[in-house]
Amino acid sequence: MKQLTMRSSALVFALGGILFLGACHKKQPPPPPPPPPPPAAPTASLTASPDTVDKGQSTTLTWQTSNATDVSIDGIGAVQPSGTQQVTPAESTTYTLNAKGAGGTQSATARVTVNAPPPPPAPTTTSSMTDEQMFAQNVKDIYFDYDKSDMRGDQQSVIQADAAFLQQHPNMSFTVEGHCDERGSTEYNLALGDSRASAVKNALVAAGVSADRVKTTSLGKERPFCTESNESCWQQNRRGHFVYSK
Amino acid sequence: MKPALRINKMAAPFLTALVLMIVIPSAAQDWIKTGTGLGVERVRIAVPDFKASSQDPRNSELLRTFNDTLWNDLNNAGIFELVSKSFYPLGQVGAPADVKFETWSAPPPNTAMLVFGNLAANANNVIVQGWLDDVKNTANPQVLAKQYTDVANAQQVRIIAHKFADEIIFRLGGGINGIAETQIYYVNARGGHKEIWAMDYDGANQHPITTLGTISLSPHISPDGSRLAFSSFNGSNWEIRMFSFDLNRMVSFPRFSGTNTSPSWSPDGSKLAFSSSRSGDNEIYIVDQSGGNLHRITNSRGPDVSPSWNRKTGSELAWVSGRTGLPRIYTMGADGTNVQQMIDQGYGVSPAWSPNGQFLVFSWMRHYGAGAPGSEDIYIMDIANKQWVQLTHDGGRNDFPSWSPDGRHIVFQSNRSGSLQIWTMLADGTNQKQLTTSGNNSEPDWSWK
Repeated sequence: MKQLTMRSSALVFALGGILFLGACHKKQPPPPPPPPPPPAAPTASLTASPDTVDKGQSTTLTWQTSNATDVSIDGIGAVQPSGTQQVTPAESTTYTLNAKGAGGTQSATARVTVNAPPPPPAPTTTSSMTDEQMFAQNVKDIYFDYDKSDMRGDQQSVIQADAAFLQQHPNMSFTVEGHCDERGSTEYNLALGDSRASAVKNALVAAGVSADRVKTTSLGKERPFCTESNESCWQQNRRGHFVYSK
Repeated sequence: MKPALRINKMAAPFLTALVLMIVIPSAAQDWIKTGTGLGVERVRIAVPDFKASSQDPRNSELLRTFNDTLWNDLNNAGIFELVSKSFYPLGQVGAPADVKFETWSAPPPNTAMLVFGNLAANANNVIVQGWLDDVKNTANPQVLAKQYTDVANAQQVRIIAHKFADEIIFRLGGGINGIAETQIYYVNARGGHKEIWAMDYDGANQHPITTLGTISLSPHISPDGSRLAFSSFNGSNWEIRMFSFDLNRMVSFPRFSGTNTSPSWSPDGSKLAFSSSRSGDNEIYIVDQSGGNLHRITNSRGPDVSPSWNRKTGSELAWVSGRTGLPRIYTMGADGTNVQQMIDQGYGVSPAWSPNGQFLVFSWMRHYGAGAPGSEDIYIMDIANKQWVQLTHDGGRNDFPSWSPDGRHIVFQSNRSGSLQIWTMLADGTNQKQLTTSGNNSEPDWSWK
C-alpha cells in the first residue's frame, strides 16, 4: 500500500516536472482528455537527461506510462510501456510520447536543445576576469554513469577541453571533488566519489596536466548539487566537480 | 482461499508448492531464533506495578518512570511474553508476604515468573526493592532479590529499572547479559553539519558527543566503551578521528592521506580496520589502536569499504567490495587470505558480524537494475551455509545494521517514515520500533556492553 502511494506521488511529481519543463519551452502538453469512468485513463511521462547537449552528443530519454496498451514515441516508433533510450538529435527536437489505452490517449513531451558547436576558446587576455572566474567559466565538470567511475565516452571532449585550458594556464591549482547520487550506502559512495575524482585527475595527467596541480577528494553523497529523487537530478550529482584553489 | 476448497488433480501440485512456501519461511525463522538466543518459546512473566513504601509526594512520579522503564525493558528483551495487566489478581504486591502463588500460577494470569517490589523516596534518596519469583515452585520460589539506593530523580530511577531488568534477563535468558544499560551511537544531521550523537538503547537521553562543525560519519565505539572512532571531513579530506570518554575530548590519531572511512574495532580493542585511498584506490587497512603498524590487506580495483570483524574470533572480517562492478559482501581472514563472496546478486552493503560469530546482517537491494523495485532491506545470513532471510519488508531504504551485545537485537537506519531515522528490531525481524524523530539520524552503532 505504501509502495503504491509512493509510486503515485512519484508520478504526480513527474507529471508536475513535465508541466514545468513545458512551461519553460512554451510548449504546453495538450490537456488530458476527460477520463471515461470505467477504464482508467492512461498516464504518460517523458524526460530527457540532459535536456541540453552540444551537437553530436547524445542524451537519454526516460519514459513511464500506465494503463496504456499502445505506446510510441514520434520519430522512434513503438516502445515498451516504460524505459530509457539514448538519442543523438542533430538539432533541437521535441520528442512526443503517445500512450493509448482503453481509457483514452495521453501524451507527454520533452524538449532537447542542441547547441551549435562551441566557439573557439575566447582569447585569454580578457583582463577584466579573475583567474577564479576564468577557471569557473572554462573548466567544466565531468559526469559519470550510475555506480561507475570510468570516463564516459561523451565526456572525453569535455575533459580534453578542460585539459587544454589548464595547460594554457599552468599557474592554476585546483581540487577535483568526486560526488555521487543519493542511492547506495554512505560509505560505499565516499569510495566511489574518490574513484571518480581520481579518474578525472588521471585523465588530466594523461592529457599533459602536471599531477602536482591537482588534488582530489570525495564528498560521496554528502553535498549534492540537486536534492530531488529522480534520474535527471541523480545525474547532476554523479560528477567530478572542479574547485579552484589558486 | 476459496479456490483451495475445490481441489482437483491439476491444483494439487500447486497447492503442495503453496504449502511449502508458507512452511519454509517459518522454519527459516527457527534457525534465527535458536541461533540468536531468542528462543522458540517465550517465558510468561507478570510484572505488576511496584508499590510505594513511603509517604513521599515524589513517589507517584518516580514510580511511573520506574514501572514504564522496567516493563519496556522486559518487553523489549525478546525472550518474554508479558502477561497482560488486565489478568492480574486484585491488590498490590510490594513484598514477598503479599504474593499468593496460586492466584498467579493459575489462569487467567497463568504466569511462570512474577516480578514485584516497592519504591520509597526519602530525603535525597530513593530506595527500590525488587524480587523475581518462580511462582510454580512454591517450595523455593525466590530467584532474585535486589535493593538499589540512589539519588531521587527520574534519570536515576530509569537506571535502577534498567539494572534490575538486566538482572532478570541474565537469570532467565540463558546467562546472556541484558541490553537495558547499553548505548547507541549515531550520526545526527542538522544545520548542514553532521555530528556524532549518543542515546540509551530505548531512544531516551539523546545528546551530542562531537561539536566539530563539519561532516562526521560512521561512529564505532570501542569494545570497552572508552573511545569512539569515526570518519570526519577536515575540509580537504576524510580522516579517522578519535573521541575519548575517559578524557571527554577528542584525542589525536594519525592522519593518512586520501579518503579514510568506516573504522571498525577488533573485538579485543587492539586494532582498527578501515578503508583508505592513500595508495590511490580505496582498500582495507588494519592499524593498531595507537595508530601504528599500518598495513593493507586487500588489493583489488574498485572500492573496498565497510570492514566488520568477526566479533567472536577476531580473526576474520566481512567487508564490501566493488571488484565485480557492484558492491557485494565478502569475508576474508584478517591477513587478507581466503576471500569468500557471500552474495552473488544485487547490491549489498554495510555488513555487521554477530557477537556469536555465526551471522552477518547487511543491507541488500537483492533485485537490482532497470525496472527493479529498488527497495533496500536488512537481511540476516548464516555464514556457514549462506542461507539468508529478509528481516525488513516495510518499504524505504534500510541500511547500516548493527548488533546489540546480546545478539538478539539489531539497530538500523530507515527512511520508511519519510525521513532518515534510527530503528530497532529483534534479530528475527519482529518488534520494529522507531527510536529517533527529530532531524535526520543515521549510521547507528550499538555499544559492546
